[in-house]
Parts: sequence; structure tokens; C-alpha cells
Amino acid sequence: MKILVCVSKAPDTTSKIAFKESNTKFDETGVQWIINPYDEWYSLVRAIELKEKDAATIVHLITVGGADCDPIIRKALALGGDEAIRVNADSNDSYYIAAQIAEVAKQGSYDLIFTGKETIDYNGSSIGGIVAELVDAPYISLATKFDVAATTATVVREIDGGEETSEVQLPIVVSCAKGVAEQRIPNMRGIMAARTKPLKVVEPAAVEALTSVVEYSLPPAKAGVKLVAADNVAELVRLLHEEAKAI
Amino acid sequence: MSVLIFVDHADNQVKKSSYEALTYGAKIAEQMGVTAEAIVLGTVSDDLASLGKYGVKKVHHIANDTLNHVDTQVYTKVIATTVTSTGATVVVFSHNQTGKAVAARLSASLKAGVVTGACALPDTANGNFIVKKTVFSGKAFASVKITSPIKVISLNPNSFTTIAGEGVAEVVTVDIAVDPSKIKVTAVNKVSGEIPLTEAEIVVSGGRGLKGPENWGIVEDLAKVLHAATACSRPVADAHWRPHHEHVGQTGFQVAPNLYFALGISGAIQHLAGVNRSKVIVVINKDPEAPFFKAADYGIVGDVFDIVPKLTEEIKKLHA
Ligand SMILES: Cc1cc2nc3c(=O)[nH]c(=O)nc-3n(C[C@H](O)[C@H](O)[C@H](O)COP(=O)(O)OP(=O)(O)OC[C@H]3O[C@@H](n4cnc5c(N)ncnc54)[C@H](O)[C@@H]3O)c2cc1C
Ligand SMILES: Nc1ncnc2c1ncn2[C@@H]1O[C@H](COP(=O)(O)O)[C@@H](O)[C@H]1O
Repeated sequence: MKILVCVSKAPDTTSKIAFKESNTKFDETGVQWIINPYDEWYSLVRAIELKEKDAATIVHLITVGGADCDPIIRKALALGGDEAIRVNADSNDSYYIAAQIAEVAKQGSYDLIFTGKETIDYNGSSIGGIVAELVDAPYISLATKFDVAATTATVVREIDGGEETSEVQLPIVVSCAKGVAEQRIPNMRGIMAARTKPLKVVEPAAVEALTSVVEYSLPPAKAGVKLVAADNVAELVRLLHEEAKAI
Repeated sequence: MSVLIFVDHADNQVKKSSYEALTYGAKIAEQMGVTAEAIVLGTVSDDLASLGKYGVKKVHHIANDTLNHVDTQVYTKVIATTVTSTGATVVVFSHNQTGKAVAARLSASLKAGVVTGACALPDTANGNFIVKKTVFSGKAFASVKITSPIKVISLNPNSFTTIAGEGVAEVVTVDIAVDPSKIKVTAVNKVSGEIPLTEAEIVVSGGRGLKGPENWGIVEDLAKVLHAATACSRPVADAHWRPHHEHVGQTGFQVAPNLYFALGISGAIQHLAGVNRSKVIVVINKDPEAPFFKAADYGIVGDVFDIVPKLTEEIKKLHA
């Protein structure tokens, strides 16, 4: 079984969110970059586990991004995976990114394509579904458990108000949420090995982006907290009822 | 031309988030001077003609049993066929679990630009189509222009108020070929009785300040009197004090209820990212320096074990 794991670069969760160039670009000054947590913690680790237990033979990583993604890809390779592919393009458009991934996926005839549940910067939850459509495979979103025996995958996924268990034949596309695996810390051997693993850079296929960000904005600041004394809980209830009209 | 709204249901009833999507989609149609129509897949016992109250003129119902489970491949084909037959140029979903599964895939099949997590009506002036969505897990917004002829958007739950008026929709039972599903569903586990977190109007959330799972009774009691959903911070879920589906924040569920109670939660930036779109935030924490107070509307500096039971009693009195 060949697995393709989609990884993307994301700003560290403590990053200050600010914009530049008349609010049209994310201000990267002082931002630390990390592997998107859903990719790092869940999909990548699960793919590596499947290889460790011989359910998978090959694990490839893919990212669509500029050369600034290379350190992140090396970090991901330090956790595991045989090689990485970087499609040399920078875009926010889900269709554009997914089409690049689908292009590589078709050429590599993968049995399983993993994405994270969402990117923590763009919050699309979109790439997996689009890739699945483009490669014409079943798509299981928001998986919380994933296993595979021969060519049958067993997946538990989140549905509104509960979960659903299903079986499906490979090839498939799966987006991974919490539960699929436990976060791992790369060890020294992994970090050394990652340095020499192949990182192929390929040029993007000609795809038209269907969306573009015209402007970013920040939520209005809160007016400030109204503190109520600890011995006057009734006053809090009154405020929530009469002033905030929230209860 | 029309706006087609995907109406999602669970346990035979239309979901609350779908009513929001209907109201939102009907407003877009009004703005563009076109009609709003709805599409319903699978069996549902609600009276579909009554969806007219939310502004849709027509409801396309495809009542095939295969559609009772969400298989994105099967759904995409059926919805895409309906988009083509109705000439819809905008398709609206709720950004709930079903929307997250289906909307993007459908967009690819229609070669339509997709914006998920919309939080306001699109700007349709001058032939543009610009949608505001949440990014950076609720820390910011992006206004995204869709340039393809067909647009697919999904609306964040709890970010648009449902308006029900008068009106009866024409219900058309559509008989189109439905592919067999390649996904064999073997079990469905619904957490019964609980209010789904993403749909809740009020959320009561507990953090490490609660000290241990045995103390969650006070959280649940408060949630009960408020008909609220319960949530928790990440370390609480990681320690298995509470189930994972209650974890809110940047790497958990993002919620935007009318009212959010943070009980014994410090207010770390990753936690705030998932809850700061709540309309009113109440913080109870014994540390006056807890960062959460800076993001709160109301607060009490005090011990949760003392304050929370009193709060429950006072709310009971209010409701009495
Ligand atoms: C990449 C990344 C992603 C993350 N994602 C998330 C996420 O999605 N969601 C999330 O929640 N966290 C997330 N975190 C963790 C986050 O940084 C914090 O560690 C976490 O939110 C703290 O949880 P807490 O507030 O329950 O616990 P603590 O920070 O330990 O706070 C407990 C609070 O309870 C108060 N307290 C103690 N006893 C009492 C009492 N008797 N009465 C009243 N108050 C009391 C204390 O004053 C304190 O403020 C993430 C971290 C990282 C690095
Ligand atoms: N630029 C990218 N390159 C590779 N994979 C990506 C990229 N962007 C998103 N993904 C994958 O798609 C998932 C969902 O992203 P999104 O649809 O943007 O929320 C992420 O968790 C990644 O696994």
C-alpha cells in the first residue's frame, strides 16, 4: 500500500495575527512556522504507524508551497516517511492546491491519501474533498480512527452529534482529526535520516485559481470585562438576563 | 438563475444549522434578484413545504434510501445534477460536519470556487462575489472573491440568525438515478440527549481548574438549567476527564454560541481562538490575572466550587 500524506506549513499557534500591504497579506514578521498540527499529530503519525506494522510499503509526503516550506518538510520527514514532494507554487485557493495534489497523486497511483482535518490558518476543511473528486475516489472526512487490512479500510468518522463506522475499499482519501493517532516527537535518528531523504521539487500544473483573498480583517476588540463580586452571584445573573439578554 | 440551499437533517428532522443556511441563502437570492430553492436528500419526516417560511420557493427532494448516509461521492453527483437542472449559480451549505464533507467535493465537480466558514452575507455589488470567512481559527477574517461562474459557500453555524416568516414552498420529489455507495456503514453512534456543541446557543466549558473528572457535576448542573452544551479545554480532554468531542479551541471545535461560560480555564491563546466569536463570554477564575478576563464580557474572580453551584441556583430562581 502506497500512502500520500498532505502536509502544510502553518504559523505557530501563539503567533500574533497581523496584516500588511493594506490588509491584503499576512504579516510574517516574527512568526515561527510549524507543520499544520492536524497533519503532524494525526495523519502523518498514522501513516508512519501503518508502515511500521507493514500495512504500508511506501509513505510519501506532499506539500504545495514555496522554498520556505522546505524546513517544515524536513521536520515532517524527521518523524517518518520515505520521501517528500514539493509542488513549487503558493496559493490560498483550495481548488488550485488540491488540483496540484491530485496531479501528483494520479502519477504515483497511491492507495491512500491522507490530509489533516483543516489548516489552522486558512480553515478550509476543503482540500481532501476536492482531491477525492479529482482522483474519483471515496472520501471519508474527519476520521477519528483509521485501520486497514489488505485492501479494506475501517474508519470511524465524526458526524453531527456522534460518530459513524464504515468499511471501504482502497483507494480512498481520508481527512484526519484527533483520535487517529497520538502526537510523536522526532528523535535524533529521525532528524539525521531526514537530511538525506529525497525532497523532490516539481513545477505546478497549469490550473486556474477560482478564489482570491481581497482583504483580511481582525475582530473588533472587546469593550472590557465587567467584574462582579464573588459574593454577588445574583448580580451576574441579573446582568446576563437584563443587560446582555443572553439568558 | 437561483440559489440552491442544501438542507441537512438528522433523526428525520431538519438541523438547526440548516435553517440558518436557508435564511442566509434566501437573503443572498434576494440580494441577487433570483429565487432561492432547497435540496433535501434522504428520508425526512418534517413537512418540507414549511421550508418556505425561510424564503425558499421550491424544495427538491430526492428520497432515496442510499442518501440516508452521507457518502460525498454519491451526494456530489446528485447535487451537481440538481445544480445543472435548476441552473443554480450559488450553492449554500452549513459548515457543519456534513457540509465539511460535501461542499468542497461538490465545488470541484462543478469547477466552482469554494469558501467554507462564511460568517456574513456576500458582497454582490458590481457583479462581484466576495464572501467574508473566519481564518486563523477565529482570530481573523478574510474576504474572499470567488471568480468562477458557480459559487459554493458554507455558513459557519451560529453566525446568522434564522428568520421564519410566512410562505409555503412547492415540494418536488425528484426521481434521479442514485449510484450505490462504495462506503459500507457498519455502525452509527449518536450521543443521545446531548445538545451538539456546534449548534448550542449556550456553552458551559470547564478547564483544569475543575481539578478532576469527578467534579464535573457542577458543570453539568449549570449546563442543564441553561439547556446548554458542555465543553472543555484541551488538557481536560487529553487527560480523558471529558470526551474528545468536547474539546474546544484552535485544535478542537470552534464554537460561536450566544453565551460561553469559562469555568477554571486560563484563557490560553489556542483556547481563545476557538471560542472568541461567542457573543457574550463569562469567566469564572480564582486568578485575577488569568488572561481569559481580557477576552471576557463578564467575570467573577472566585472559586468555581463556590460560585458555580450558586450560579445554578440563581438561574433556577430566574426561570422559576
Ligand atoms: C499547538 C497547540 C494547540 C493547542 N490547542 C488548544 C485548544 O484547541 N484548546 C485548548 O483549550 N487548549 C489548547 N492548547 C493548550 C493551551 O495552550 C493551554 O495549555 C490550555 O488551554 C490550558 O487549559 P486550562 O485553561 O484548562 O488549564 P490551565 O492553563 O492550567 O488553567 C487552569 C485555570 O483554572 C484556574 N483555577 C484553578 N483552580 C480554580 C478554582 N478552584 N476556581 C476557579 N479557577 C481555578 C487557574 O487560575 C487557571 O487559570 C494548545 C496548545 C498548543 C501548543
Ligand atoms: N498547501 C498545501 N500543501 C499540501 N497539503 C495541504 C496544503 N494546504 C492544505 N493541505 C492539506 O489539506 C488539509 C486541509 O486543509 P484546508 O482545506 O486548507 O483546511 C491540511 O490539513 C493538509 O493536510
